Amino acid sequence: MADPTQYQLLHINIGDHVELLVDWIQNNLGGVLDGISAVIDFVVSNLEGFMLWVHPLVMAAAIVILGFLRVGVGFGIFCIAAMILFFEMTLWPETMSTVAIVLSASLVALVIGVPVGIAMARSDKVEAIVRPILDFMQTMPPFVYLIPAAIFFGLGKVPGTIATVVFAMPPAVRLTNLGIRQVHEENIEAGLAFGCTPRQLLTKVQLPLATPTIMQGVNQTIMLSLSMVVIASMIGAGGLGNVVLTGIQRLNVGLGFEGGLGVVLIAILLDRITQTFGTTGATGSPLYHKLKQALTGGGHESDSTSSA
Amino acid sequence: MTDKIVVEDVYKIFGPKPELAKEMIEQGHDKAEIFEQTGHTVGVQKASFSIREGEIFVVMGLSGSGKSTMVRMLNRLIDPTYGAVHVNGQDITKMSTEQLISLRRKDMSMVFQSFALMPHQTVLENAAFGLEVAGIERSEREQRALDALEQVGLKPNARSYPSELSGGMKQRVGLARALAVDPSILLMDEAFSALDPLIRTQMQDELIELQKKKARTVVFISHDLDEAMRIGDRIAIMEQGKVVQIGAPDEIVTNPADEYVRSFFHGVDVTKVFTGGDLARRDHGSVIEDANASPQAVREQLQKDGHDSGVVVDGGHKFLGVVSERSLASADDLKSAYLEDVEPARSDMALGDVLSRVAHATVPVPVVDDDGKYLGSVSKTALLQTLDRTG
Repeated sequence: MADPTQYQLLHINIGDHVELLVDWIQNNLGGVLDGISAVIDFVVSNLEGFMLWVHPLVMAAAIVILGFLRVGVGFGIFCIAAMILFFEMTLWPETMSTVAIVLSASLVALVIGVPVGIAMARSDKVEAIVRPILDFMQTMPPFVYLIPAAIFFGLGKVPGTIATVVFAMPPAVRLTNLGIRQVHEENIEAGLAFGCTPRQLLTKVQLPLATPTIMQGVNQTIMLSLSMVVIASMIGAGGLGNVVLTGIQRLNVGLGFEGGLGVVLIAILLDRITQTFGTTGATGSPLYHKLKQALTGGGHESDSTSSA
Repeated sequence: MTDKIVVEDVYKIFGPKPELAKEMIEQGHDKAEIFEQTGHTVGVQKASFSIREGEIFVVMGLSGSGKSTMVRMLNRLIDPTYGAVHVNGQDITKMSTEQLISLRRKDMSMVFQSFALMPHQTVLENAAFGLEVAGIERSEREQRALDALEQVGLKPNARSYPSELSGGMKQRVGLARALAVDPSILLMDEAFSALDPLIRTQMQDELIELQKKKARTVVFISHDLDEAMRIGDRIAIMEQGKVVQIGAPDEIVTNPADEYVRSFFHGVDVTKVFTGGDLARRDHGSVIEDANASPQAVREQLQKDGHDSGVVVDGGHKFLGVVSERSLASADDLKSAYLEDVEPARSDMALGDVLSRVAHATVPVPVVDDDGKYLGSVSKTALLQTLDRTG
C-alpha cells in the first residue's frame, strides 16, 4: 500500500497559510475589525433591546395581527397557538434574542448581498468572479466560520451575527442576480424605449420585476440565519441556540426539545410572513383587503364620481 | 409630405468582425453562407427607405427576415452596424446617450408584441410610465395618462392591475402608454399579433381611427399580410434582411417584385385588398356623353364600338344610367332605356361587395366616385382575371 504523503511534492501547507493570513489580518486590520464590530453590535444590541423593551403581550399581539393580515385566518390562529407555546415554555427573552440576531444578520446580509447581486446581474465578469466565492461560502461547513469569527471578534453576539451573515448571504446574492437576469427582455426594451437612464432602468423596471425572486432570496436568507443561530450559540450568540446547546451538554432531552421547538416556530412564522411580500400586484390576505376596503371604501367612491 | 424617418444603407451584423460579413454581402453571398463561413448573423443588409410624416408604414416579412431588428434600429434599441438613420433630419446613430434618451422620451414610443407591462403597477401607472421616466410631476402625468386611457376606452380600468385584464385590454394599456407621451412617431412591433383575430381587427380599426384624429408616423411590424393590407399606407417587404419591395398595398399585389413577394399573396383575400375603383376600366362599353341622343343613334354607336352596352353621362361626366342593345330597341327615348337593375358601385367599395353586383348584372357594373362621376366599369371577365392572378 502506497503512502499518500509521499506525493506531497510542493510542500504547500494550506492550513499554515490560512493561519498566517488570519494573523496578518488581526495585526494589520484591527481598525477595520473594530469598525465592523461596532456597527454589528449597534444593530444587534438596539434591536434586541427594543424587542425586549416592548411588553411581551404587545409583541405577541403584534405578531398575531401580522399573521392575520398578511397571511390569513388559519395562520392567524396558528400564531396565537405559537405565542401560547412560547409563554408556556418560559422562553420569551431567549426567543426575542434569537429573533433579534436573525433579523440583524439577515439585514446585514441583504445590505451587502443585494448590491452584490445587482453588480453580478449587470456584468458577466463580476458574476464569473462572485459565483465560485458563493459556492465556497455555501459548501464550507458552517462550524468553520466560528473559528475566525471568534478570533477576530471574540465571543458573544457580534461574532455570532457575523458568522451567520457569512453563512446566510449567498441566497440573497444569487436570487437577486437571477431575478434581475430573468426580467423579460421586452420589459427591458420597454424601459429603454420610453427613455430610461440606466439607473431608472434598474429602479423602475429591473428591481421591481425581480422583487418576487429577490424576496425568495430574503426568505432563504432568513431561514439560513435561523439554522446558523443555533450553531453560533457555540461562540456565545445566546438565545434559543443556547437553550439547545445546554440541552445537549446536560443530555437534557426536554430542554433541547423546547429550544428546538422554539426555533421551528420562529422559522414557520418568519417564513410564512416574509413570503407574502414576494407576490406582485395586490398583496395581503383577503381579510386585509376587506379591512382596507371598509376603511377607505368611502374615499374610493367619491374619487370615482369626481373623475367620471 | 415630408420624410420623417430616412434609413440609409443600414446594416446590422451580429458578431465580432462585421467587416468580414459585409464584404461577403457585397460579393453577393447569402445569409446562410455568411453564417457558415464567418459565424456572423446578418440581421439587416443594405436597407434604404424613407417613411413619410403621418403615414402608417408596415414592415412585413417572415420570422427571421430582420423586421424586428429593423424597427429596433429606428430608436436604437439595437445599434446599426453601418449606415445612418435620420429622424426629423437628425442622424440618430451619431447621437449621444443624453440626446437619444431625450428623443425616446419626446418623439418616439413603442408598443410590444407581448405588451411588456409592469405587473406591479396599476393600469394608470403603466400608462404614465413614459411620463414618469421623463420626470413629469404626478398630477400632470396622471391626467395625461387618463386621457390616453380614455382614447383606448380603458379609463374605467385605471385602478386595475394588468393581471386582471384580458390580452386585448393589456395591449390597449400598451397603446395608451405609448400615446400618453404624445409622440410623433409610434413604433409597433407585432403589436396585435398576440391577440385573437376578432380583437385584432378591432384594434386595427381603432388604430386607423386614432390616425384620423391625429396622424402620427406609425411604423408597424407585422407578419400578417391581411393586417398589412388593412392598415398600411405603404408596405415594405423584407426577406433575409433585405428590403425587397416598398409600395402601396395594391401596387405590391398587382406588381410583386419577385417570387418571394408573390408567394406572400397566395391565399390572400384579394376581395378585401382591391376596391371597385381599382378594377374600373373604360374599355368595357361605350360612353354616351349626349343624354338627349335618340335611342337609334346610341344603338348605332354601340354597334360601331362593338359593345353590348353603354353608360350615359352628363356634361360634367356624372353617371346617369346604363343602356344595352336590348333596352334601346324597345325604347322611345334614351331615359326610358336605362336598365333598372344596374346600380353603380362606389370606387371605395371593397371588391367583395362589388363581386355580387357584377355576378348578378347582365352588363358591366359602372363605378362612380364620391361626386357621382363615372370612372369606368367592372366586367365579369376583368373580375375573374383579377381573382385568378392573385389567388
